Amino acid sequence: MSLAIRRRWFATTDHRTIGIAYLLLSLVAVAVGTVLSLLMRIHIVWPDLKLPFWGVVPPEGYLALVTMHGTLMVFFVLTTAPVNGFASLVLPVQIGAQRMAFPLLNAVSLWLTLVSFAVLLAAFFVPGGAPISGWTNYPPLSAIAAAGPGQATGMDLWLVSIGIFCFASVLAAINLLTTIISKRCAGMTLLRMPLTVWSWLVTAVLILFAFSILFAAVVLLLSDRHLATSFFVPPGEVIDGVLVAPHANGSPMLWLHLFWFFGHPEVYIAILPAMGLTSSLLANFTRRPVFGYRFMVGTTLAIGFFGLLVWGHHMFVSGMNPYAGTAFALTTMAIAVPSSGKVLGWLAMLLRGRDSRVHPLPTPMLFTLGFLSFFIAGGLTGPILAQPVLDAYLHNTYFVVAHFHLIMAMAGMFSLFAAVYYWFPLMTGRLMNEWLGKWHFWLSLIGAYATFFPMHFAGLAGQPRHYAQLTGSTSALSSLLPLQTGITHSALFLATAQLLFLVNLVWSTQRGRVAGLNPWQATTLEWAGTDVGCKVFRGPYEYRFHTNSADFVMQCAEEAEQE
Amino acid sequence: MSAIAGPSSLALSTDRVWWMPPNGALHGFAIDRLMWWNLVALSALFLLAHVALLLAMVRRRKTGARREASWRLELIPLALLTLLYAWMAISAQRLWAVARYQGAAPNALQVEVTGMQFQWYFRYPGADAVFGATRPELINAPAGNPLGLDRTDPHSADDIVSSSLVLPAGREVDIGIRSIDVIHGFFIPGMRLKQNAVPGMEMHIHFTPSVVGDYPILCSQVCGLGHARMQAHLRIVSVSEYAAWLASHAPRRAEGAGR
Repeated sequence: MSLAIRRRWFATTDHRTIGIAYLLLSLVAVAVGTVLSLLMRIHIVWPDLKLPFWGVVPPEGYLALVTMHGTLMVFFVLTTAPVNGFASLVLPVQIGAQRMAFPLLNAVSLWLTLVSFAVLLAAFFVPGGAPISGWTNYPPLSAIAAAGPGQATGMDLWLVSIGIFCFASVLAAINLLTTIISKRCAGMTLLRMPLTVWSWLVTAVLILFAFSILFAAVVLLLSDRHLATSFFVPPGEVIDGVLVAPHANGSPMLWLHLFWFFGHPEVYIAILPAMGLTSSLLANFTRRPVFGYRFMVGTTLAIGFFGLLVWGHHMFVSGMNPYAGTAFALTTMAIAVPSSGKVLGWLAMLLRGRDSRVHPLPTPMLFTLGFLSFFIAGGLTGPILAQPVLDAYLHNTYFVVAHFHLIMAMAGMFSLFAAVYYWFPLMTGRLMNEWLGKWHFWLSLIGAYATFFPMHFAGLAGQPRHYAQLTGSTSALSSLLPLQTGITHSALFLATAQLLFLVNLVWSTQRGRVAGLNPWQATTLEWAGTDVGCKVFRGPYEYRFHTNSADFVMQCAEEAEQE
Repeated sequence: MSAIAGPSSLALSTDRVWWMPPNGALHGFAIDRLMWWNLVALSALFLLAHVALLLAMVRRRKTGARREASWRLELIPLALLTLLYAWMAISAQRLWAVARYQGAAPNALQVEVTGMQFQWYFRYPGADAVFGATRPELINAPAGNPLGLDRTDPHSADDIVSSSLVLPAGREVDIGIRSIDVIHGFFIPGMRLKQNAVPGMEMHIHFTPSVVGDYPILCSQVCGLGHARMQAHLRIVSVSEYAAWLASHAPRRAEGAGR
C-alpha cells in the first residue's frame, strides 16, 4: 500500500473521505445485517435445515441473529449512513463551508464508530455467542449473565460497543451543530438553508439528547452487571432455580424509560434526513420550488420536538401507569399531524405536475417516490399503534414488525438509495448506471412490499415477534406457516435484488458516465463546484421561481440568468 | 408472492377483523370494532395516497401551464386528518380508561399469574380467598414448589397451583401478574389482552371471559432461549364445570392443615 493511499484513508481529516468511509462502513453493516435476517427467515420456516458452518440453528442462535440484525441496522446503517455519512460528505459544501468545524474530531468519530463496529461483531465469536435479548436488551435478562447463552461476554461486548457508538455519535453531533451554526458562508441565512441542512440540524440536537441518555443507561447496566449495583435488578431474582446474589430495590422499568427515551428519537434521527432529502429531490426533479418551505422547516422542528415526548408509546403494556399511557397516546397522535403535513406537502409538489424535459423519472426520483410510498404505508399504521387499547393487542406482534420495517427500514433504505444515486457524482465524479438503477428500484419495491406487507396479517393473527419457531404446546401459530413461508421467499427475492446495486456501484465507480459539474441541474451549493469564496444570494430551491427567468438559479448565482 | 392461506376468511362485518382469532372476552367486541374501523379508514387513505402517487408519475405538466398550488389544497386535508386522529385518540381512550383506569370489582375472581423461564403458573387462593405468602428462596420446581410457596403460612395450604388457566364464563376475573426472573409478556390473543410480567412488581388487569373455549396463552416479550415455547392454555368453562375443576384440584394437604 502506497503512502498516498495510506494517508488518504488512514490519516485523513477530509470531510469527503470521512463521509465515504462512513458510507462504506454502512454498506458492510447492511450486508451483514441482511444476511443475518435471511438466516432468521430461513430458520422460522425450515427450522431443521443444516446451515454450513453452523448446523441446525438453536433457539438462542435465532435470538442472537435477531439482536445483531437489529443492532447493526439501527445503529450502523440507519444512524451512521444518513447522519454521519451523508452529512460529512454533503453538509459542509451545502452551506458553503470548506470543511467541518472540527475536522480532526470528525475523524475521531469515524474511528470510534469503526472500533464500536468491531467490538459488536466480536460478540459472535466469544463463548456463549452474541446476546439474545433483542436490540432493546431489557433487564434483568440483559443484567444477569446466567439468564441465557450470550448474556455473559456477548452482552458485555454489546454494551461496550454501544457505549463507544454513543460517544462517537455525540462527538459527531457537536461537530454537525457547530458547523451549521458557525461555518455557513456569507448570505446563507437560516431560511436559505436547504431542507437537508435543517434536517441535520434537528437530528444533531436529537442525537445530543438521545445518545447521551443511552450512554448513561449502558454505563448503569454495566455497573449492575459487574459492580453489584441495583439500578435495574429487583431483589429476589431466581434464575434457573438459583437465587441470584441479592440486589437492592432496582427496577427494570427504569431501563425501559431510559432506553426508549433514546429509542424513539432514534427513529427520527434515522428518518429526518430522509425527509429533508425528499423535499430537495422532489423540487429538483419536478423543477419547481419546495411547496411551503417554511411549513417544511416548521414541521421538521415540530417532529423533532414531539419526537422527544413520545417514548412511552413503546411501553403501554409494560407496567407503566395507565394515565401515562393516555398522555403518551396523545403526544403520539400529535406527532402524526406534522408528519401528515409533510406527506401532503410532498403530494402537492407531485400533483402540481413535473417538467419532463430535464430528467424524466431518473433513479434518485424513483427511490424518492419509493420512500414516499413506504413512509405512507408504514406511517398509517402508526395511529393504530398509538391507541393503547389496540396496541395492547398488537404490541410485540408481527404487526409492529411490519410497521417499523416499512416506515424506518424500507423508507430509510430507499431514501439512502436515492441519496447514493443522487450524490454519487460527489464521491466519484461519475453517474450511476440508470438501467441497472431502474431494475434495482422496481425489484426492490416489489420485494419489499411482498416481504413486509403480509407481516400485518401475522400480527393481526397474534403472532409475537422473536419466535424462533411456529410450534409450541398450543397450536396457535402453525396455521401461519404458509404465510411465513411466502414472506421468506419474498425476503430472499428482495435481498437478491440488492446485488444489482452492488454491481452498479462497482461498475459505475470505474465506467459510469462522467457527471460534469451539475448533472441534475440543481440549485444547492454542493453542485457549484467552487470551494472558495462562496457567497449566497437566494433561497435553496429556485426552480422556475420567477416567471421570466431561467429554469433554475443556483444559490450562489448573483443574478437570475440562464446558466 | 406470499401465500395468503389464513385461518379465517374475509369477514365483511364489523364484529370480527379479518385474520384475528375469535374473540372470547366481553371487552373484546368493542376493541374489534375499533380495530376494524381503524383498518378501514387507514387502508382507504393508503389507497388514496397511492392513486395520487401513480397519477403524479404518469402525468406531465403541459408546457406553460402554471397552476399555483394553493395553501388550501394542503391545509384542508391536514385539518381532516387531524380530526380523524382526534377521533381515533378519543374513541380508543374511552376503551382504555374502562379497561385500565380502575381495578376489578371487589367480588371479582382472584387469580395470580407467575412467569418464569419458560413456563406460566396460575395460582388460585382456594377456599379462604387469600393467597399464601411466597418467598423466592423457597422456589424449588423439582420438589413441586415452583412458586416458592411458604408452607408455614396457613393461607397457603389451600392454594391451587396449575399450569393451565381455567376460568368460568361470565364472571369478572382480577389477574395479578408477576415474574420471578426476567420480563415476560402475558398475552392471550383470544381475550384481546396483553400485560408484561415484570420482576419486582405485581401488575393487575381485569376482564370478563364470555365465550366457552380453549385459548392459547403466549409470551410476548423476549425472555431467553425458550421464549417461543413459553405457551399455555386458557380454558373458559361453564360455572358448574369450573366448580368441579376447583374441587378436583384442591390440595389434599388442605385437610391436614385444617386439623
